[in-house]
Amino acid sequence: MSVDLQALLRDAKVTEVLEKLDRELVGLAPVKARIRETAAFLVVSRARAQLGLEAATPNLHMSFTGNPGTGKTTVALRMADILHRLGYVRKGHLVSVTRDDLVGQYIGHTAPKTKEILKKAMGGVLFIDEAYYLYRPENERDYGQESIEILLQVMENHRDDLVVILAGYKDRMDTFFRSNPGFSSRIAHHIDFPDYSEPELMSIAQLMVERMNYRLDTEAQAALREYIERRVQQPHFANARSIRNALDRARLRQASRLFDRALEHGGATGVDELQSLSASDIRASRVFHAPVTDTKPERHAHH
Amino acid sequence: MRITQGTFSFLPDLTDDEIKAQIDYALGKGWACSIEFTDDPHPRNTYWDMWGMPMFDMKDASAVMMEVTACRKAKPDQYIKVNAFDNSRGIESMAMSFLVQRPAEEPGYRLQRQETRDRQLRYTTESYATARPSGARYRASSAE
Repeated sequence: MSVDLQALLRDAKVTEVLEKLDRELVGLAPVKARIRETAAFLVVSRARAQLGLEAATPNLHMSFTGNPGTGKTTVALRMADILHRLGYVRKGHLVSVTRDDLVGQYIGHTAPKTKEILKKAMGGVLFIDEAYYLYRPENERDYGQESIEILLQVMENHRDDLVVILAGYKDRMDTFFRSNPGFSSRIAHHIDFPDYSEPELMSIAQLMVERMNYRLDTEAQAALREYIERRVQQPHFANARSIRNALDRARLRQASRLFDRALEHGGATGVDELQSLSASDIRASRVFHAPVTDTKPERHAHH
Repeated sequence: MRITQGTFSFLPDLTDDEIKAQIDYALGKGWACSIEFTDDPHPRNTYWDMWGMPMFDMKDASAVMMEVTACRKAKPDQYIKVNAFDNSRGIESMAMSFLVQRPAEEPGYRLQRQETRDRQLRYTTESYATARPSGARYRASSAE
């Protein structure tokens, strides 16, 4: 008896998703490697199941740890796609929730709320962002515990129906898993998302600018590079998210610059001008006015 | 007497896989499923008890099946049906409604004749089961 792994891969079109992941996400080499491993594992288990070597569905619940803006939600979306193509979830949609969506405010409110979300996620992937907020040890009557118990029960009994991905900061998730051994024993795949390096952030920025149909000239690129260098060292840095916000603010400044000029001088504004972000749009940011500190603050500070 | 009503009333009872397939069809159409149960299955009784809220925004039949299972566990000796509601403009009504559980024994109906003036007869049917108080109807008969 034998099975054609390549055909299995081809039929499921998993390589397509993996290539898309490679193309769309900058950096994240360890994450991509782990996703590849997981995909390979899933393909092999599928093949083993076909030959009758494996009966039970493998445990697919995962935890994604990393700082904000490192691509956890995006990767979760791709993961849902991969799981769907390999037939581990029937519909392949992603339901993204936080504590507020699961935990109620008064007695008897939590269970229906949690069940409602679980039912919506069935056939797909449930993504719980900042999952550690579910557990509040300082308040022993916190309803989060009730939600955790229902989650654990469904994760165990409905393995075929949904996959749960827990996400959050690394150290807080570690504490969460330590205080909830039920979770750590039910989660097979832990994937850690590293922070982006400065060149990686620059290529992310360039990708974003391209997708928004803007252009950066050489000067503006230099300004953006300098911006990133400074921004990384300031508090509340959220990787790709901070870059996106910076670009959004630069677009605002560009708009008001063009607007002011049109009001003053009148005349037509060309496509070229509408498309280009200048160095001044970027350099007007408060990041350039804040003093640069000598010591690099902790990159994974909480806020 | 085996009571039939709703969609598929002419078919034998659906298996769980068939129920799942029907629910998947309904969800695929964008209909919202809900579950109702009763121990008064008179054909004119349209007010069954609701098992929880109607389920909107579900993607997969297993979510509805989870509730069906829970309802069966809580009401093992009553009639249970799954409804699919089409809320699109201008339709706004049940598109599908079928039984997913029936009691082990169904005693059937008595035909009642009521004599009115001028020797006229009025007919009505009454379930033998409803002679007992609600909640004790089918349970008691299956325990004997």
